[in-house]
Amino acid sequence: MTRMNDERRKPDLSTLTPKAQVRDLSFFYGAKQALKSINLSVYDRKVTALIGPSGCGKSTFLRCFNRMHDLYPGNRYQGEIRLFPDDVNLLSPQVDPIEVRMRLSMVFQKPNPFPKSIFENVAYGLRIRGERSRSVLIDRVEEALKGAALWNEVKERLDDVATTLSGGQQQRLCIARALACDPELLLFDEPTSALDPIATASIEELIHELREKITILIVTHNMQQAARVSDFTAYMYLGDLVEFGWTDDVFFRPKQKQTEDYITGRFG
Amino acid sequence: MAVPVDLRRVIERAKRRDVIFVVLGLAALAFALCTFVALFANMVSVGWSRLNPDFFTSFASRRAENAGILAAWVGSLSVMIVTGLVAVPLGIASGIYLEEYAPRNRMTALIEINISNLAGVPSIVYGLLALGMFVHYFQLGASVLTAGLTLALLILPVVIVATREAIRAVPGAIREAAYALGATRWQTVKDHVLQYSMPGILTGVIIGLSRAIGETAPIVTIGAVSFIAFLPPPPVSTTFPFLSFEWLWSPFTAMPIQIFGWTSRPEEAFQANASAAALVLVLMTLAMNAVAIWLRYRLRRNLNW
Repeated sequence: MTRMNDERRKPDLSTLTPKAQVRDLSFFYGAKQALKSINLSVYDRKVTALIGPSGCGKSTFLRCFNRMHDLYPGNRYQGEIRLFPDDVNLLSPQVDPIEVRMRLSMVFQKPNPFPKSIFENVAYGLRIRGERSRSVLIDRVEEALKGAALWNEVKERLDDVATTLSGGQQQRLCIARALACDPELLLFDEPTSALDPIATASIEELIHELREKITILIVTHNMQQAARVSDFTAYMYLGDLVEFGWTDDVFFRPKQKQTEDYITGRFG
Repeated sequence: MAVPVDLRRVIERAKRRDVIFVVLGLAALAFALCTFVALFANMVSVGWSRLNPDFFTSFASRRAENAGILAAWVGSLSVMIVTGLVAVPLGIASGIYLEEYAPRNRMTALIEINISNLAGVPSIVYGLLALGMFVHYFQLGASVLTAGLTLALLILPVVIVATREAIRAVPGAIREAAYALGATRWQTVKDHVLQYSMPGILTGVIIGLSRAIGETAPIVTIGAVSFIAFLPPPPVSTTFPFLSFEWLWSPFTAMPIQIFGWTSRPEEAFQANASAAALVLVLMTLAMNAVAIWLRYRLRRNLNW
């Protein structure tokens, strides 16, 4: 485990502002329960990593935040995810999932740019938010591409089709697409699992920079990655949240035997 | 290292079978190709002498050497326009609904099975349906409109199935990307799914139309005539309101009917006319398929997910 976060100051949790609070969240795919009564706080402008073996429910958990499960029939939520400062329950049937997705952005496991121009990829989220002004779109696209550390590589070729970019560039384009919408919370679902080590490093560096401005929740199967990029880590197993805390506490002083076994590679 | 003799023998035998399959496969291919080439060569040799500009600009005539396919190709074209205008929007809309909106339940499954079956219904049955419904019940007569609607019904299943397959080929990850940005279902369909599946849909539409243009049975059933010496009224005019839909109600003939009409004549000269017209029809179909291939190639260049 390289570059650990021991030097990071660890203020008392009660002094931190939560951006979101998960309360008693259970989730069901039809009759199958995938998440079991999860309680967790996502702190403002911190990176929270979700780790655990395959099938533990970490992606399922992440996809609750932007109501992706609403797209498929037979899925059911129980409990709440409250988003602050306005204290709205994202899972409430009264809350429109489209509104939720407009406030939270997501970056997926495999880069999934639209087969359109680089410009149109980044502008799309703004377009469906009703932005018509060409000059505003141009400014916001540039800003988002700079935020995703992609601007210098693509500024000469904004009209090229996005699928001509390399895998790592495509993923940064997807991050730019998410950033352009000014999300309150950025969800990453194993964003580097389809990328080579160099592209992975550039994405991780980006996450480091983004956490100054934005709250990030990231699912990863790569424990070193969790240790490198996150402030908080949640270890999940079979739909349960086993342990949650400051990343270096979870990695170096785990409270649960199971977490320790997983992290040291004896299991999972 | 010595290779056992037995092993070599096994490999030899397996390789011989490989060769046998290649020979059989080539023979099968040659049979199909030769048949087509022979038919085509026959059409060309019998009909070539008749293929001159006059052939395209003359009406049918009692004298074979004066007869042409003007009424037939204009009729076929008019009917195809109606067929396309009806079948394309209906088929694409149905395909989108079934693929993107319909709940996955028994009712949808039943509809899907029926659409697949409709694609296999003999075309004469569509002719009978049209005779009862369009000609008699709705009193549309043996018109361009009736024929267009009939052929639209005939190719509707083809368009729906092609649309669905093209839509299904769009990866779910692309849909999720759009939804995750806050797009509604319709925005996702209109801005992404439909655009990316257009090459496949257009291919299906053109294949449907090239099937429709050669259909004879249904339009004979609705009462199209094979001898017609006038054109439908033009759709545009120089006087107000400049657009006219009179042509929809016009009697018509079509390429396959003209060919059939000439083939049933005893004089040999008319056989040459039939061959020439058939050649034109085959070339029209091939041209449409070529357009389909070109479109697919052009539009798919950017779609490598």
